[in-house]
Parts: sequence; C-alpha cells; structure tokens
Amino acid sequence: MEIGILGTLTLYALSTATYVTFLFIQKKSMYRHGVWLLSAGFVLHTLSIGYETYAAGYIPVNTLRDTLSFAAWAVVGVFLLFQYRYRLKVMGIFAAPLAAFTMAAVAVMSPSALVAKPVLKSLWLVSHVTFIFIGEAGMALACGLGVLYLVQEKAIKSKKPGFFFRRLPSLDQLDSAGYGCILGGFLMMTLGLIMGVVYAKTIWGRFWSWDPKEVWSGITWLLYAAMIHLRLSVGWQGRRSAIMAIIGFATVLFTFLGVNFFLSGHHGEFTQR
Amino acid sequence: MIDKRDILLIGLNHKTAPVEVRECIGFAGDETDQALLALHALEAVQEVMLVSTCNRVEVLLATPAKDDAARQVIAFLSEMNNIPVDRFEDNLYRHTGDDAVRHIFRVAASLDSMVVGEPQILGQIKEAYRKAAFKKTSGVILNRLLHRTFLVAKRIRSETGIGDHAVSISYAAIELARKIFGDLEGRKVLLIGAGEMAELAVEHLIRNRADEILVANRTFERGVALAQRFDGHAIRFEEIPDALETVDIVISSTGASDIVIRRDQVRRAMRRRRNRPLFFIDIAVPRDIDPDINRLNNIYVYDIDDLKGVIEENIEDRQRAAIKGERIVDEAVIRFRQWYENLDVVPTIVGLRRKFEEVIRAEVGRTCPGGDARGVAPDALDKMVNALVNKILHDPTTILKREEGHGDKAQLLAAVRKLFKLDDHDAP
Repeated sequence: MEIGILGTLTLYALSTATYVTFLFIQKKSMYRHGVWLLSAGFVLHTLSIGYETYAAGYIPVNTLRDTLSFAAWAVVGVFLLFQYRYRLKVMGIFAAPLAAFTMAAVAVMSPSALVAKPVLKSLWLVSHVTFIFIGEAGMALACGLGVLYLVQEKAIKSKKPGFFFRRLPSLDQLDSAGYGCILGGFLMMTLGLIMGVVYAKTIWGRFWSWDPKEVWSGITWLLYAAMIHLRLSVGWQGRRSAIMAIIGFATVLFTFLGVNFFLSGHHGEFTQR
Repeated sequence: MIDKRDILLIGLNHKTAPVEVRECIGFAGDETDQALLALHALEAVQEVMLVSTCNRVEVLLATPAKDDAARQVIAFLSEMNNIPVDRFEDNLYRHTGDDAVRHIFRVAASLDSMVVGEPQILGQIKEAYRKAAFKKTSGVILNRLLHRTFLVAKRIRSETGIGDHAVSISYAAIELARKIFGDLEGRKVLLIGAGEMAELAVEHLIRNRADEILVANRTFERGVALAQRFDGHAIRFEEIPDALETVDIVISSTGASDIVIRRDQVRRAMRRRRNRPLFFIDIAVPRDIDPDINRLNNIYVYDIDDLKGVIEENIEDRQRAAIKGERIVDEAVIRFRQWYENLDVVPTIVGLRRKFEEVIRAEVGRTCPGGDARGVAPDALDKMVNALVNKILHDPTTILKREEGHGDKAQLLAAVRKLFKLDDHDAP
C-alpha cells in the first residue's frame, strides 16, 4: 500500500504546515484546517493499515518500517482524542510534525516481503502491540507538553514574555494535560505489558525471560510508576514533572528503537531491521 | 421628501480639554437623559446622541442646518452646565460629514482613547446609543451610523488584537497570573500592605473570580477595614508565613524598608503546599519579596520593574495594531459615505415610481373601465400604448428639446442615453 503511505504522509505534512502557520498568524481557521487535514490523514492511514492487515492476515508490525508507521498512527489517533478532551490547540505543533517525520522515514524505507509466520497470528499479540503503541503515543504527547511547559516557564521566569508566552496556554493547563497523558499512557502500557507477558507464556512457556526488550520495558514502566507516585506523594508537579516526562519518553524511544539496534533478543524475531 | 441632513459632531476630550473643563461639561447618570431630550428638542436638531465619560463629551447629531445646530448645542452646553461659552469654546472640536463618521468610529474602536485599545469606551458608547434609541432621539442616520460603528469596533478588536495584552501594571499582573494558573476561579489571594495599585489588582482578581482574599497589615485595624471592602479576612502580620501555605497569589505593597518575605520562609511553605505554584507580585519600592525566591521551582516573582517591562512591550504592540485599525476605519468611512449618498437617491426613485404608476393606472383605467380587461379591442390597446409613451416621455422630451440650453446639453443627453441604456441594444 505505497499509495496509502504517501497519501498519509502528504496529509500529515500539510497539517504540519498549517499548524506552523497557525503558530505565527493565530487565525482560528488555520488551526481548524490543521485538525481536518490530520483527521483525513488518520482515516487514510487507518484504511491503509487495515488493508495490509486484511491482505497479510495479521497486524503488520514485524518490520521496523511497519512498526514506525503503526507508531505514527497511534500518535495521531491519541492526539485527536486528546484534542477532543483538552482543546489545547497549540499541541498540534508537536503531534503533526512528529507523525509527518515518522511517515517520511517510513516512506524512504523499502518494504520487505511479508512472510507469514504462525507466531504472529494471535489475539494476544495484536492486543499487546496495540496497547503498547497507544500507551507510547500518550507518552510522546506528554513529552511534547513537557517541552512546551519548559518553554512557557522560561518565558515567565525570565520576565521576558514574548512570542511563546502569548501563544502557549497556561502552565497549569500544560501540566495537568501532561499528567493526563501520562496516566492514560501508563494504563495502556500496563495493559500492553500484561498481554505481552501472557503471550510469552503461550509461545515460549515462560512469562518473563530477561530478554533486553523485556528488561527495558520493565525499566520504562518503573520509571513512569515512580513519576506518578512522586507526584501523588510529594507533589512533583510543574517543572520536575515536565523534565521527567521528557526523560521518560527518551527511555520509551530507546526501548522501542535502541534495543532493536544495539541489543539482541527474542523480540528480534518480530522486528527485523 | 426627506430633507438632506448633515452629520455633525461636537465634543471635547482629554486631548483638547483639561480636567477642570471636562468635569464642568460632563453629565452624570440621569442628567444624561434630560440633556438628551433637551438636545432633541432644539430646533435645528433632528437626531441626537450624547456620550459623556470622564475623558470625553461627544454630541453626535443629524441636522438639516449644521451651523444653527452647532450654535444651539454650544449654547445648551453652556446653559445646562452653568459655564460661560468662552470658557470652553476653544476646547471644542467640530466635525461634519466624513470627519464626524471617522471620529465616532475611532472613538468606539478605542483609537482615540487615553490608553489606546482600552475596552470600556465601546461599552459606554453602546450604553449612550441604547439611551438614544430608547428615548427615540436617534433616527435613520444615527441608527445606521452606530450599527456600523459597533461593527467597525468589533472588527478592529478581533483583527488587530489591539486590546489583547495588558498595558496597565495591575492588568499585566492578572495576565501573568492567568498564564500561570489558567483559570483564576477559586484561587486564594494574600494582600500585604495597601496601596492604590495593589488594591486595583485585587479588584481585578475578584472580577476574575478569585476566591478568598486575605489581608495582612502592620496596623491590624486597617487590615480589617480593607478586608471588609474585599469581603475577605484580615490576618496579623506575624501570620504571613503560615498563610503562604494556602494562598496562590501574593500581592505585596508595604512601606517597609526591609524585605518582608524571605526565601527560607517560602521554601518551607513550598514543602507543605506540595509544590503547588505560587505567584508573588511585588509592587513595593523598596521591594518586599526577596527576588531570589524567583529561582525556586514553581514560584514566580514579579516586581514593579518587571511588570513595567512587560507592559512596555505590549504598548508597542498596540501602537502597531492602531495603525492597522486606522486603515480599517478609513475603509469603513468610505463604505458609510456610499450608503449616505444613496440616501439622496431613495426619494428620487420613490418619486419616479409614483409618477409612472399614476400615469399608467390612469391610462389602464380609461381603456378598461372597472378593471375588466376582457372586452378590450386590440386597437384600444394600441391607443393605450401610444398614450402611455406620450405621457411618460412628455416632460423629458420637452426638456431635451429646449433651445436655450445651459451649455451642458451634451451632458444631459449622455445621462439620458446612459440611464435608459440606449447605446447597447444587446443588453436586456
């Protein structure tokens, strides 16, 4: 489905351009176009992934190219939901380019021939992958909100409110939206990990086997759990929470990509380079 | 026929008149109603509206005789306020036609205000117009003019962002608070000391639905009095460190020569308030709040100079927005003039239609008496057509054939050819 990928990329890129324009000229119509373009891209993306799933008989997440595409899809989907819930217009400036860049990477990678493996056809696997990616998309948004928080905080602390001070929402909104993303993301991630553990038991007969990806997933999960705990117990909010969201997402990225490249393990069976 | 009316505006404002004159000429609440009716009763005035604020008095009227009207209005202002004409005549400006239209547009859009872009003036003009409409002292022209005025003001506000950012110290503080807390609803405020600017800021906060107001003053009695005004509670000066635990915004304006809130006090409070953000607004000189506190996490300290820095930037923005606003005003003045000129055309068209209708009805009545067209012979219809053409074109033909001519016969001919589209037969 090359055409689906290119079409999706085009729509995401257009949406990015619209959001950037919105950032500068602050016309409401611009922002609405941005949301529409992104939504159109999301529909096309969904159809394209759906078609591949139908054609291959399982969800296409076994090459880096496919997983990236799936990750971009999850980011856009979660962002659209988020947009509906929090109405932070400016967040598109983070989500749209992220999706567009990822899809650009997908577009330049060559598709590998699909080899149907029975190990891939399991509802546990589909749920595991879907939940994990939705959770990671939430973390990506939380990271973006964290960056915006630090930018806005800098503007206020340095007493030189300027370009961003006017365009970004209040610190309180950024902070609570970021926390919302982390809570939702953490829930999804937890469910995804449980599915993964169950799935591991069904194919390898063990729940946990100290595979690098498993270890790093565990580390990521603990990091977020600690973050939520600290916020609730000693009030780690605002600046610290923003920094933690960024560190957390860096860990997510390493678990997602870094482990595939630098470490080997039985997850490699699924994620060929 | 509607008389040809001129739009006339007579007024004075903070630029043309010193406050001693403005306070003499101004009208308070019920006086405005009486003054409005009295103005409307003036012989030369057909429509009138009166705007009176602390910065300006504007009398906007439509009149068939503008010089008489101006004289009468000035005499009225002098009589009503008991002040000789020569004491304020030099402070008055008079605008007619386009200039008057431009002036009212600019005033409503806050381009003529002391603080350019301040939002109150539009509300004041709306209120003045509501009064005029209610007392029926406004008519066709002022109704139209004021509706255009409100549209122009709204457009300038939304397209140029002229009123978007605060240009006063207390508003700037509120704007910052909103960027930290988002919604100010339910936030707790601590006022330390007293002072005009600080109290103004507290009032703005209350208007933004801040919840509980605590007042700390060196003299407890004064604190109690202030607290009553804000519907809050007074606390003793020694209680400030404890209060830091619960409040969100601290406004400080004491005459103390030393620092009132120290860094270690805030640090301790922060632990107990579990890092919830805290915003200090320090209006005092010398400062009350240790500036180092700004370095602590989730705490923001703005002193008077910081706030001044913020509004200077905003003032520059407003000046840029004002230039755009002037352009929008110019456009709107031209559009209004077009409508106003059409006002002359309307009676002409009405007259023309009435004349044609009379001629045609008379002829039709003669051809088919009683409105019954069934028994009419075809040659009777031919006759009717001839009669109609003759009667309708009798006067124009006579005028066109008149020999003496004023030298502009060519112009007249051209006008007729244009009016009846004689030169392009292709057109329907």
